[in-house]
Amino acid sequence: MEFAFTDEQMMIADTAFAFFRENATSDRTRKAMAAEGIDRELWSAFCTELGLSGVGLPEEHGGSGLGMVEFAIIAEAAGARVAPLPMLGLATAARAIAAGGSEAQKAEWLPKLISGEAIASCERVAQLAEQGGRLTGTITPVPHGALADVFVFFSPGKAWLVRADAPGVTVAAHVTMDQTRPFATVTLEDVLAEPLADPQAAIAALHAGGWICLAAEALGGAQEALDRTVAYARERVQFGRPIGSFQAYKHRLADMLVEIEQARSAVYWAACAVDEQSDEAALALHAAKSFCADTFFMVAGNMIQLHGGIGFTWEHDAHLFFKRARSIQTMLGNGSFHREQVATMVLGEAA
Amino acid sequence: MKLGFSPQEEAFRAECADWLQAQMTGEFRDIRGITTLTAKAERRKEWEQHLGEHGWSCIGWPKAWGGRDATLAEQVIFAEEYARAGVPGRVNHIGIELAGPTILAFGTEEQKRRFLPGIAAGSTIFCQGFSEPGAGSDLASVRTKGRLEGGEWVVNGQKIWTSLAHISDWIFVVTRTEDGSKGPKGLTFLMMPLDQPGIEVRGITQINGDAEFNETFFTDARCPADSMIGGVGDGWKIAMGLLAFERGVSTLGQQMAFRNELDEIIAAARANGAAGDPLIRQRIARAEIGLRLMRYGALRMLSNTDHSKIDGAALTYKIQWATWRRSLGELAMDVLGQAGEIAEGEAYEWGTLPNLFLYSRADTIYGGTNQIQRNLIAERGLALPREPRGDL
Repeated sequence: MEFAFTDEQMMIADTAFAFFRENATSDRTRKAMAAEGIDRELWSAFCTELGLSGVGLPEEHGGSGLGMVEFAIIAEAAGARVAPLPMLGLATAARAIAAGGSEAQKAEWLPKLISGEAIASCERVAQLAEQGGRLTGTITPVPHGALADVFVFFSPGKAWLVRADAPGVTVAAHVTMDQTRPFATVTLEDVLAEPLADPQAAIAALHAGGWICLAAEALGGAQEALDRTVAYARERVQFGRPIGSFQAYKHRLADMLVEIEQARSAVYWAACAVDEQSDEAALALHAAKSFCADTFFMVAGNMIQLHGGIGFTWEHDAHLFFKRARSIQTMLGNGSFHREQVATMVLGEAA
Repeated sequence: MKLGFSPQEEAFRAECADWLQAQMTGEFRDIRGITTLTAKAERRKEWEQHLGEHGWSCIGWPKAWGGRDATLAEQVIFAEEYARAGVPGRVNHIGIELAGPTILAFGTEEQKRRFLPGIAAGSTIFCQGFSEPGAGSDLASVRTKGRLEGGEWVVNGQKIWTSLAHISDWIFVVTRTEDGSKGPKGLTFLMMPLDQPGIEVRGITQINGDAEFNETFFTDARCPADSMIGGVGDGWKIAMGLLAFERGVSTLGQQMAFRNELDEIIAAARANGAAGDPLIRQRIARAEIGLRLMRYGALRMLSNTDHSKIDGAALTYKIQWATWRRSLGELAMDVLGQAGEIAEGEAYEWGTLPNLFLYSRADTIYGGTNQIQRNLIAERGLALPREPRGDL
């Protein structure tokens, strides 16, 4: 039984958590929220100085190999600070290109995405007219879409790479509830798109990457939200005693930990299952995405409640966690969708 | 980080599975699939002895005392295959998992020679005498009294929830041996034979109609002075040490039984059309996910070799599985509909799923209620201020 981090994985965790704790401060995050929803300096430092942006991506294109377990550790650390970073694009678009792109596409984009020189975003498209390799249609909502240099768009069985600067691409940024990962609408008008050579592989890779990224972010955010609420419970005094000594309060915190421990099992089960190409991988991914999103939302909601009035203020960070949690719940398939996939695996198709 | 077991461990799994399957399709096929703790008690005592004869009774114990020195992983695998083969629960699980390890850790050589061979051979069945009518969650307030008199301990008082006392040979009891002592001080841990005039066992019928629990009354009950484990006043230390032995060995086996229950619900839902109900589908998916997460939580807990830190997975495990199983019972009834509320025969006896529904209400109570678990999680895991103790 070795379902525990190796020494190397522990080291990555220590490094990543220390980096984000030191650099992804509330002040910097709020500055990014008031602007375009990204801390570019932080992303650049993460990609170049820390050098962990290539985790899970092929070494021949600037990646550092390793796998989804290591990637999940990093996403968990970034999620713990609700860092305004295009991590999801790295988890989805970059992995789609690595798994399903042509050699030329990989050679052009992966080094730039890993070095932070370029930012990627990825979204499923509902309706798109395709004619002679040219695309027309509207894609929304695209996470961090207004900042992306390259998009991977996909629909069942198809995936394309679209350059943000290609003629016919217009991008409109939206004021978004979670300001750390704002959405945009991308409109394509007769845009020259490059199909990915192996769309099936690309879609499988972006789903695995995206679901693990969101689940791990949710885990990190939930744990941090709990830790901060526990710290508050110990110091805040009412009725002559720390509020954390009241059972009504304690029990709610205990319930949060019960969920978080399961979420932790879910993230690393899914990441390990993908790395080991286990038969359980699909089930694990659906389980992780749905369970961790629900856990984060439950914990972040409790964070506001248990802080009382201060938790409802803009000044306090609780709303950053709460809004990120809400956004993760719907992104890349909501809980009902993922649970229905699990139900289909155990029960067969719905009649 | 890896998901599975090593090839050597998988080979051990195959060995366990082969032997257990052979027993359950052969000599002991009549007890296969029993899910209550009380049915066919005599046959299950024979099964305990059969396990002992073939060296499968207590594989985690030292070889010198009838075990196999099995690793933690091997013990987990055996428990898993045991449940997978449909073998009913061990009627001597208290002896194997609690009494034996306690004697191994705290007993004298003489006590080891006296008790361990019988437990290993399945001929000495143990039960546990901790709780009392006035000492449930608050175990330290036991009042059953013990006093030394002419080379013997003489015990007076009452224990409750003594699971399987009516078919057991021995009971270990926590007694108050220091007059006027309170709480965890002044307690002593004694091993007592049940078959004596001073002990009376009365069954307690549970909400499912079964009677696995008992009240056990002690009226000048006796045991030799050297039946004490540890010293006079060490009772709390021994009792707490005993509760720590259970380091998750049985968790995966227990989960295999849960797997069987969930599979039965899935089969019922397919058979009666409930599988087409989108809300039932969501709940079955939640149950499936919960069960898988329980497995990986247990594997995290068992893979953890750093016991210096609080292990969140271990600390939250009890409330997690108990709450999951209680929901599973409710899901079972919603899948079955009213058919689940009608017994198959003339007696107030229930099939697996209705029984699961009723029995699972106990899961969130015994071994530390959900409320006590939350206190433990908050105080030990989150270092929140301790609950103030009232003193009457």
